[in-house]
Amino acid sequence: MALEESHVRRAAHLARLAVSDDQASGFVDDLSQILDMVDQLQSLDTEGVMPLAHPLDATQRLRADEVTETNQRDTFQRCAPAVENGLYLVPRVVE
Amino acid sequence: MQWETVIGLEVHVQLATRSKIFSGASTAFGAEPNTQACAVDLGLPGVLPVLNEQAVAMAVQFGLAVHADIAEVSVFDRKNYFYPDLPKGYQTSQMYHPIVGPGDVEITLEDGSTKRIRIHHAHLEEDAGKSLHEDFHGMTGIDLNRAGTPLLEIVSEPDMRNAKEAAAYLKAIHSIVTYLGISDGNMAEGSMRCDVNVSVRPQGQEAFGTRAEIKNVNSFRFVERAIAFEVERQIELIEDGGSVVQETRLFDPDRDETRSMRTKEEANDYRYFPCPDLLPVVLDQAYLDHLREQLPELPADKRERFQNELGLSAYDANVISASRDMAEFFEAVHSECGDAKQAANWVQGELSGALNRESLSIANSPISARQLGELISRVLDDTINGKAAKEVFQALWNGQGESADEVIDAKGLKQVTDTGAIEAMIDQVIADSPAQVAQYRDSEPEKRGKMIGYFVGQVMKASRGTANPQQVNGLLKEKLDALL
Repeated sequence: MALEESHVRRAAHLARLAVSDDQASGFVDDLSQILDMVDQLQSLDTEGVMPLAHPLDATQRLRADEVTETNQRDTFQRCAPAVENGLYLVPRVVE
Repeated sequence: MQWETVIGLEVHVQLATRSKIFSGASTAFGAEPNTQACAVDLGLPGVLPVLNEQAVAMAVQFGLAVHADIAEVSVFDRKNYFYPDLPKGYQTSQMYHPIVGPGDVEITLEDGSTKRIRIHHAHLEEDAGKSLHEDFHGMTGIDLNRAGTPLLEIVSEPDMRNAKEAAAYLKAIHSIVTYLGISDGNMAEGSMRCDVNVSVRPQGQEAFGTRAEIKNVNSFRFVERAIAFEVERQIELIEDGGSVVQETRLFDPDRDETRSMRTKEEANDYRYFPCPDLLPVVLDQAYLDHLREQLPELPADKRERFQNELGLSAYDANVISASRDMAEFFEAVHSECGDAKQAANWVQGELSGALNRESLSIANSPISARQLGELISRVLDDTINGKAAKEVFQALWNGQGESADEVIDAKGLKQVTDTGAIEAMIDQVIADSPAQVAQYRDSEPEKRGKMIGYFVGQVMKASRGTANPQQVNGLLKEKLDALL
């Protein structure tokens, strides 16, 4: 797939990354090379091969349904820029 | 043109676990803001999620209850988007390999007929926090207590054709999850939330129309109202030469309308990928068999048994089996009195009426199933008549007495079935009512049946309601006709 600068801009915006014009053209090249490699992988016959969901050959351990955490709000909120009435304050979100 | 409505539902059910899906923080409702949001829920650096076994078990139980294929291997994916009440920047969900595969649910419509609605799949995911948009000096307040609460999202096929079917489907899901005990099903507290996909197409057309997704439909009633509005809006739009845009709309219950949320197109690009912090969940057959054995009798099975084995009408069987609490109460009353129809009548009539008046749930009924069953037994064995039974019910409801027998004795409600005693009362009433007797004698024979009501009333009054009404009727007719 031919990557264009608009794709890079869009991906950057979705990830909330600030990308300068110079960087953007550089990323077009870098990412294009990665996609070329993906194309190469795509050309392999993977018929009958289960998609890999995780590189580790292990399965998920489960934990018992028990409350093990205590209230540490004061500690956590010490590193928040703004709090009030126990709430984290953020710039207003308009729907 | 004739239009057909096509509806599919996405129901989010909050699972009734004690702790969150990936952390050991409490899920209790109503706590002080952010006191139940731990480092994992906050998405702090270096934390790792560990899956709650109870959330998995509950999802599987639901799957088994809707005859679904349970995935031997299911995988968690990251759904990426930015919003302040989602501190990690992604929601952990299951996009490609959900835990519950295709299944189906039987719904019952108002006319008693049933219809099968297919379930596309159901997947586990975590809930987000809550944004409070009240004014905090121009800022938004965030409470993350709800972040990480386990949800089961149940996605139906577009199998519903009108608002009533959609509401019946939602009720069926509610009934199943509360029977299983995997959710409290409390819609007012958000334990069950619903998004509705609606489209219209000309009758007979195979291809679906363009659909709109309506969010924020959080009661059985709202589902019907939101669909009614949306269907009308879409038909009007098309008939005026326009076309429906695929979009997300918000239902506003105050104005009874849906409004476009005007979300940016790119907001829907979630860039899902498998979550590297979580390994695939693998379930073996022994585990599924173990959970299958523990399934309670489900609403559809109960409904069928009530109808076929106990002889209840389709309507009664449906209403009573809809809630597990009511079904179990009914069964306890039935086993006490032995008469299913009477038990159903009392539970649905007198009891439900009294519970509704005082906004009580059947689990908090002041009158127990045993007490009600005993009361019905006393009607069946002719100890009391129907009128006295209502009085006994009221007394038991008010806590005036432990048992029906105790109330009957204390209030002297025992039915008079002694023919001599009833005849004496009838003779007295006839002697005291010369004018009515004359009227009875002079009227057309076919009108006498109605006029006898007056005399029955007087005799019942004289017996303070304890005379057996059938006996009074029979004896009165004999005595009055003898005077002709």
